[in-house]
Amino acid sequence: MTGDDRPILELDEVSAAYGPYRALFGVSFSVARGAVVALLGPNGAGKSTVARVASGLVPASSGSVRVDGRDVAGEPAWRIARFGLAHVPEGRGVFDSLSVEENLVLSFQRRGGRVQISASLEQAYERFPLLKERRQDRAGTLSGGQQRLLSLAKVLVAPPKVLVADELSLGLAPGVVDDVYAGLADVRREGTALVVVEQQVDRALALASSAVVLERGTVAYFGPPSGARAAVEEVVDRRARGRRQAASS
Amino acid sequence: MEQLLGFAVPGVPYGCAYAVFAVGLVLTYQTTGVFNVGYGAQAYVSAFIFAWLVDDHAWPTWAAFVCAVVIVGPGLGLALDRFLFRRIPSSNTTAKIVTGLSLLVGIPALLPVVFGNQNLVGAPSIVFNPDTVYFHLGADVPVNGIYLSAVLLTVVMLVVLVLLLRTTRLGLEMRAAVESPRLLELEGVNARRVTATAWAVCGLMAGLAGVLLAPTEVTVQAQDYVTLMVAAIAAAAIAALRSMPVAAVVAVLIGVLSLTAQGYLPTSSFWYSAALPAFPFLVLVGALLFVPGLRHLDEATDPLSSVDPPPPPPVAGVRGREVDRLVRTVFFALLFAAVVSMLTWMPPTWETVLNQGMAYSVVFLSVTLLTGTAGQLSLAQATLAGIAAFTAGQLANHLGLDFLVGGAVGAVAASVVAGVLALASLRLRGLGLALMTLAAALLFDVAIFPAQAVSGGTGGITLEPRWLPLDLFAPNGHAYFLVVLLVLVLCAGGVALVQRGTVGRFLAAMRGSELGAAGIGVNLPWQRVLAFALSGALAGVGGALLAIQQTVIAPGEFNYQLSLAFVVIVVTTGVGTVEGAIQAGIGLVVVQQLMQYAPQRLQGLTFVLFALGALAYAAHPEGVVELEKRRWTERAERVLARRHRAPATPAVTGRP
Repeated sequence: MTGDDRPILELDEVSAAYGPYRALFGVSFSVARGAVVALLGPNGAGKSTVARVASGLVPASSGSVRVDGRDVAGEPAWRIARFGLAHVPEGRGVFDSLSVEENLVLSFQRRGGRVQISASLEQAYERFPLLKERRQDRAGTLSGGQQRLLSLAKVLVAPPKVLVADELSLGLAPGVVDDVYAGLADVRREGTALVVVEQQVDRALALASSAVVLERGTVAYFGPPSGARAAVEEVVDRRARGRRQAASS
Repeated sequence: MEQLLGFAVPGVPYGCAYAVFAVGLVLTYQTTGVFNVGYGAQAYVSAFIFAWLVDDHAWPTWAAFVCAVVIVGPGLGLALDRFLFRRIPSSNTTAKIVTGLSLLVGIPALLPVVFGNQNLVGAPSIVFNPDTVYFHLGADVPVNGIYLSAVLLTVVMLVVLVLLLRTTRLGLEMRAAVESPRLLELEGVNARRVTATAWAVCGLMAGLAGVLLAPTEVTVQAQDYVTLMVAAIAAAAIAALRSMPVAAVVAVLIGVLSLTAQGYLPTSSFWYSAALPAFPFLVLVGALLFVPGLRHLDEATDPLSSVDPPPPPPVAGVRGREVDRLVRTVFFALLFAAVVSMLTWMPPTWETVLNQGMAYSVVFLSVTLLTGTAGQLSLAQATLAGIAAFTAGQLANHLGLDFLVGGAVGAVAASVVAGVLALASLRLRGLGLALMTLAAALLFDVAIFPAQAVSGGTGGITLEPRWLPLDLFAPNGHAYFLVVLLVLVLCAGGVALVQRGTVGRFLAAMRGSELGAAGIGVNLPWQRVLAFALSGALAGVGGALLAIQQTVIAPGEFNYQLSLAFVVIVVTTGVGTVEGAIQAGIGLVVVQQLMQYAPQRLQGLTFVLFALGALAYAAHPEGVVELEKRRWTERAERVLARRHRAPATPAVTGRP
């Protein structure tokens, strides 16, 4: 892995739309191997859409997406996942109707036989003992934070090349957010590159090696985390001014 | 004891037949998320093709079996997935049910058209010879090959499927794909292929059931077929569509209990003639009312559903003023032309046909109000129409009441029944509600309408001219036409007003989101009862009108299949608007009449055409008519916009 300086994830002039509603306009940025990119911006800026385009849930209408040097635009999501990109979507990222253990098995069984699955399960339970306690319960009965930990457990045991984590802290108590971010740090230590979509700017920037700030479907800032704070404030300011103008006219 | 065994044992093959279908329903629901009421139709296809190959083409049994079960069964399942269910978003329960319904309505009508009529024959029993008595239970209850084959088939199928679903990798992926195909894709699994496999497996099971059940006494036809499906649905419901073993056990119990009771009850009693046929429906109603799991069906929603683009806005919202004026003018001109034609040159045959179409339109307006506006799916609209028709008939018969007045009383009666039905099913929604109304419709079909006191027995009620004030039967008097037209205009206007008024807004809010509607202070139970009651009244009025024209109100006239066809037809043309209902009514009778000129063999195609239309519903839930309307409106807007931009140039033809 060392010595290869090709980015692990690269978006080049990507546009995307939901039916007739366009959401992204030529978004470009790249994620280096093992790096952490914070993806910031106000509501509706297109953060989740960027995440979805990267994982293939929403097809890019133009531009190219490269995972590990391979152009994946137009590929179905399941193939992109096999190329080594994992995406934990916003809100619920686990199967409600399956048990905790079934959720884990579903994730592990693609990679190995029965023996390996049970080894992986052991590993996951070791890192998150709480999951072992509740392994027979339906995942839908877990709390929001526990569900995020379940998502992270899948990723930790079989680390992907790059993890796109969409709003992991959304709706969680501060203490639980700490746990989730501890999990993210663990994932990073495994050598996985991270794209962290976040509303809580400080949390994300503390972990990040670079930052992207989105504004209405375009990239307003792409650079080191130190400059991101100001960029975010600028974007928010511009938006507020735009609103006031719209209201007064 | 000996007698009990003697009565109970013959119930076993029936029970096993129910069980095979019940397990199939649970399997399809668990692996594809669709409560496939068309499952029975799938089984029928395989049985039919098997019979066709063996009888007409003298294929050896094994070859016919391979073709009908191993090839056609999964092939049909794959086709259903590829062309229908894949296009329906998993959250759209109504679309899924309607698509299943159109299969149920369409497939049995289509097969004789393609292959000619067949007498279903079954595969010779695989292991046991059907005629050999293998042993006796007790002293003299013979157990022959049919019993053993049925039990063996059921047990093997059950074990295989439970193992598949609970212990294999594929089973886990299937269950995951039901909840969220996208989330499964993020795990690196090709969700489409998993779902297609699930459909293929279900198709195989359906084919197997269809072919193997035919040699038992249970033929997959007509009335038996209904009982079979209802018993299966009831058993699946008691298992909360979750546990296959529970479904199988309940199904066998239903079969055994029915036959045992049949043995003990005297054949002349009320219990034998009415309660016994109604037994499976009562079980279904009981399950719907008391099994808690059924209230939470379809609650596991796809967390990634927001990835789908939002639906397009309705036509009325995007129509410009100029186009709007044009549309209105043309509409009134056409209406005027239609009325004048009917009163002057229209041949009597076609006048009768169009009158019937208008009567149907009134019934269809009830679907518009209930399903289109309030978002509640009812499969009992024909039953409600029948209630009004029989009420009017009996009132005229016994009290000499004018049939039109009786029809109004009947509409009130239908409205009350609908309201009671709504009250009884307040805790159900979506699939549960659809099943509840279906059970009610079947209950009326089997136990209430055939009763002497309701319909006068199998002959039905014949309308007498003295019951009617005007000479409504006179071929060219146009009285009936004017009455129906008046009623239709009143009902259509009424529905349009309701849709635009406060009640309509409440109902639309309820359709959009029950939670959201409750949040802004909509009294959901009351609105739902109101919607059902209004819709019941409309169906009743339409039913009475239909009865006047048919002159004989027969018990089979308003059966559940008609209810299913009603829903399918209306959603095809457009369930959201009054125009949709009228176009559905007129379209139905015109197509039916045109079919009269077609060769005998194609007669059954009417419902197939509408079923095909409902399949378009999968892609365009707003309905075919609405879809075309939007296209034309957009076209008109474009032309107008172009003309405004360049007023000097003559009309532009062709594309730049």
